[in-house]
Order: sequence, then structure tokens, then C-alpha cells
Amino acid sequence: MLAYLIRRLFAAAVMLVVIIMVVFGIFFLVPKWAGVDIAASFVGKQADPAAVEAVREKLGLSDPVHLQAWEFFKGIFAGRTFATGGDVVHCSAPCFGYSFKSEQAVWPVLTDRFPVTLGLALGAAVLWLVFGVAAGVLSALKRGSLWDRSAMVVALAGVSLPIYFTGMLSLATFAFGLKWFDAQYVPLGQSLGGWFGGMILPWITLAFLYAAMYARITRATMMEVLGEDYIRTARAKGLRERTVIGKHAMRSTMTPILTMLGMDLGALIGGAILTESTFNLPGLGQAVLNAIRNQDLPIILGVVLITSLSVLLANLVVDVLYAVIDPRVRLT
Amino acid sequence: MTEPGRSGAPVDGPAAASPSAASPAPSAFLDVRDLRVHFPTDDGLVKSVDGLSFRLERGRTLGIVGESGSGKSVTSLGIMGLHTAGRYGRRKARVSGEIWLNGTELLSVGADHVRKLRGREMAMIFQDPLSALHPYYTIGEQIVEAYRIHHDVGKKAARKRAIEMLDRVGIPQPDKRVDNYPHEFSGGMRQRAMIAMSLVNNPELLIADEPTTALDVTVQAQILDLIRDLQEEFGSAVIVITHDLGVVAELADDILVMYGGRCIERGPAEQVFHEPRHPYTWGLLGSMPRLDREQQDRLVPVKGSPPSLINLPSGCAFNPRCPYADVPKDDLSRTVRPELTEVGDRHWAACHMTQEQRERIWTEEIAPRL
Repeated sequence: MLAYLIRRLFAAAVMLVVIIMVVFGIFFLVPKWAGVDIAASFVGKQADPAAVEAVREKLGLSDPVHLQAWEFFKGIFAGRTFATGGDVVHCSAPCFGYSFKSEQAVWPVLTDRFPVTLGLALGAAVLWLVFGVAAGVLSALKRGSLWDRSAMVVALAGVSLPIYFTGMLSLATFAFGLKWFDAQYVPLGQSLGGWFGGMILPWITLAFLYAAMYARITRATMMEVLGEDYIRTARAKGLRERTVIGKHAMRSTMTPILTMLGMDLGALIGGAILTESTFNLPGLGQAVLNAIRNQDLPIILGVVLITSLSVLLANLVVDVLYAVIDPRVRLT
Repeated sequence: MTEPGRSGAPVDGPAAASPSAASPAPSAFLDVRDLRVHFPTDDGLVKSVDGLSFRLERGRTLGIVGESGSGKSVTSLGIMGLHTAGRYGRRKARVSGEIWLNGTELLSVGADHVRKLRGREMAMIFQDPLSALHPYYTIGEQIVEAYRIHHDVGKKAARKRAIEMLDRVGIPQPDKRVDNYPHEFSGGMRQRAMIAMSLVNNPELLIADEPTTALDVTVQAQILDLIRDLQEEFGSAVIVITHDLGVVAELADDILVMYGGRCIERGPAEQVFHEPRHPYTWGLLGSMPRLDREQQDRLVPVKGSPPSLINLPSGCAFNPRCPYADVPKDDLSRTVRPELTEVGDRHWAACHMTQEQRERIWTEEIAPRL
């Protein structure tokens, strides 16, 4: 188990370096090869030539590529300084870049917005796990029944309907029509009830999509597991059916669900762009949307980095949980 | 007993042919009467077991033999009540007939009652111990669970019992191996653990469904020895289900040969082996590899494939594959299903050929070639 953990951690560290290098490549090498003036795109739309030159020097864009890469890499762990003559800007670690447009480091922008997205993703995950998995298990046990068919039709709708449709619909109905909830984001630190009220619709909207996928996966996996020999053995022991399902079958059904959860959570934490913009939540997704509108490249870069890192982290957690659930995994 | 003078015999003549609600509780430990297990499918009703009757006493071993799809495993799952427990979906197996276990009729007594008997009164060993054991729980956890369903004891006591059982089935260092997972055991060890799990509650009926099929040949003999020893020790009734006549020869007191969901021959093991009275049994014996006979250069397979269980051939189900189909018997084989008739002491076979015809074919044509 310990050896497995060490291997996973090591693999994650290697992956971390690879991710940083790939992101660097995407933002610095590819444009360079394509002949795009990187400095101009980092400054923004109305580039005044002097500012472009200043940024070129600050980013060290005239330096050899490996030096640039090293500065980029070092910045993330140790911070870096952007300097043009007397104009010195310090970006402390972890330096995810510096927005010359809004004249601020990217990291604080991200950390400001991160809790919003995290709250959205985690809250929705709880909802979709509870309802998706429960619906999937019930469908598997009552396959072919009216319940099964209607649940799967609803699931199909959930998978197919886009967030901006279900989101708008829920806003129109519950926030503006029935006035049950506010369509206003309130930070958690300000008011717990306000935060909750503002998050409920986004949670439900986002969870609807994922619950549908999880219900389908759970149903399929559960049906497969129920056909396994060890389930028959469990019944042959004289176990109650609810123990057979709740303990023996559920344990095996959790494995693929956990894999999906890791990837989905990782991706969502990097920003639920559609949900955040539909409900006007000031999260990472909205930040990246604004940055794209304003052509604020450093912010986009920062969000890309943090998204990749959260996927990496989520997968690491899933790998560890895997080993807890499935003893065979510990060997590999 | 419906057949006076025969009660107490481990394998008996056709027990009450038609299920009658008024039939009295039998004196035999296990008495299966006219068992039918049918599965509705899109193509029709699959009659996996269709009118099977047999009896078994404590301390005796019955070998049920037949090829794939003959209804052997379906029979065992039917006795265990596993066709109806946890069947999801609309299509449920239809099980009818009577299964008397120690004076209780299992098909009418209620699902929860049968569940409580499972694992305690009757236990089962499955073919492939790797897939039959849950991969996520340790051997110990699984045995402890099996014990604690039926015994109100603490975890410590149950664990002690599990270690004791592992020791009994010949697993070295049981106090350490108890915490291993199934994948950390070898195939033979896994089957031993499976046996330990099924015997943990001292069941009086043990059903072993192809207990050695998934194992190395070298391990097979050890497992068979173990089952025989344990039976002597616990005095339980054992049903061994197999397609391997060698396994049956090793273990069984009596043999029941199944074909197309029905019994076509049954009797004491020596008789079925040395004086078989059904062409299908001859075919099984001819297709069994024998190391002690040298002159035989080739195995003789039973030609053709098992019959469709939806549309069994009219008349004798084996007729289309029977090498003696043209032996004169008034075309009965094509029209009338043969009933089991007594062909020897406690020995029954279902064939339209006369006793004399079969005796002649066996002694003159079949036996010399084996």
C-alpha cells in the first residue's frame, strides 16, 4: 500500500512537470512558430508599441526558449520578477503569470474566484451522487419496470439538455416566477443562508446533467455486477438481499463511479463556464470567459494551469481511494 | 412412502411421479420430486429441468453427471432456491415440484425461510473459486460473514472459527492467510477456502458444482480427497455435479445421469459404471480418457450436440444422437418418451430398447472397446 502511494505520488509529480511544460508550449512556443507576436497578445487589444516592447522585455521573450521555460517553471514554485529598466513588478510564488492589462498578478485573481467554483462543484457533486446513484441502483433492481423506463427517459433528457437551457428554465421558474430563490450570489463568508439560497439553483442545474450520466453508469454497472458469481455466493451464504445489494454489489459498483467522479470534479473545479455564466457566479469559469472577451492572455493561461492541476489532483485522490476499495489495485 | 420397501435407499426409483400437495413428508433426508425449472425467454419456454426426482441420505454422495446444458447446475441452484432469490426484471424462473430437505418442503415454505436454511443447512461450492469469492474482501471477512449470518457471535469468535476452518481444509499458516485476499491465493487454495466457507456452519447438505473443473489436474485429486474426508467427518449428504466421470468415480455412492433436463439413468456407482443401461451413458464412458487402457488410441465422442431445451425432440430426447436409434423397437423412440424402468437393483434407466438388447450391445459392442 505504501509502495503504491509512493508510486502514485511520484507519477503525479512527473505529470505536474509535464503539464507545466505543455502549458508553456501552448502559450509561448506555438504562437512563436506561428509567427504571432506574443508580447502584443499578452498586452491586449490596443497595443501601444512602447507597452509591447516593455512586455517583451519583462517576459524575456528575446531570450532563448529554454531560459524562458525555466523562468516560467521557476515562477510557479519560487515566484519571479518582471522588469523593464526601472519598472519592476514582483510576482510572488506561486506565480501563474501577471496580467499586464489589469496590472495584477494572476494567482490572487484565481484564488478569489476559486472558492465559488469549488462550492459549486462540490455541492452539485453531493446532489448528483446521491440522486444519480440511487436512481441507477433502483433502475437496475427494477429493470424494465415503469420506474426504470421513466428514470432512463429523464436521464436521457438530463444528458441531452444543455445547461444554458435547463439553467434558464430553472431561473425563469423558481427565481423569477415562483420567487423561491434569489438569483444572486452571496459569498459564504457574508451569509450562510444567502449563499445556500443563491447556490441551490446552480447546484440542481449542474447536478441534473451529471446525475443523469451517473444514473446510467450505475444502472449498467450494477446490472453487470449482479450477474457475477460472487453475488451468487453471497446469496448462497444466506445473506439478506439488502446486504447482497448494499454491501457486496455496491462495493464493486462504486469503482467506475469513483473514476468518473474524479475526472468530472477535476474538470469542474477548473471552472463550470456554462453554469457560472448562466447564474452569474463569479467563479473561475466566468473569469476565463471575461479574459477571453478582453483578450487577457495571462488570466487564460492561469486558468488552464489550475484546471490541469485540479484534474491531476482529483485523479491522485481517486487513485488512492481505488486502492482502499480494490485490494488488487495495490499490486500494480 | 409411495414405494413401500424402498424408503431409506439413497437413490430410489422414480419418486411420486406427479406432484401432489397431499404427499406426506418423506423419510429421506433430501427428497426431490418432479422438479421442474423453466425459464421464459423470447424464443419460448426453456425447460432446463423437466421432471427430476431423486433421494439422498446423510453421509451419502450423489454424483449428477451430464454435458453442458443438461440441467445439472440448474438443479443445484433450484435446490438452493437461487433461481428465485434476487432475480431482477420481469422474467422469473418457474420452479415447481417438491424439494424436501429434512422434512421441510423448500418450494412452499417461503423465501425468507429458505434464505435462513441457505448456508446453514445447505451450502454450495462453486466451479470457479476466483470469481465466486468477492475480490474486494479478505478470505477471513468472507468466512466470518458466512458464520455470523447464522450464529450470534462476536467478530473475534467468528474469526477464530474461520482460522479453525482454514486449518481444517489444509491451508498452511491459517492465522496469516485469513487476512489475504482471494487473488493472493492459488487456485487450489481458493477452492479450499471456498470449501471452508461453505462448511463453516456444518451444513447437512453440501452441493459441489463442478468443484474441480477450474483447477489444475494435480490439485483436483487433493480437493476430491478433501471433500471425501470432510464428508466422513461431518456426515453430510453431498451432491457432486460434474461432467467428469472421473470425479464421480472418485466420490459418488450413486450416480444420476442427466440428459436434456431429465434423468436418463441412475443407480449405484458400480452398477452405472460396470453395467450401464443407456446409450448416452455408454457414450459418456466412451469419451472419458483412461490412462490405464492402452489399446484405445482414440476417444469416442458422443456425436451431435445437446438438444434444444425449448423444443426437445419428441419421444426419446437422445434419439437424434443415439447410435442405436435403428435397433428395432416399434418406432417408440421417435414418438414416446421413455420412462425410467428398473434394470437392476436400485438401478433405473430410460430407454425403449429391451433389457436383452441393451445387455447384448453393452457386453458385445461397448464394453470390449472401453
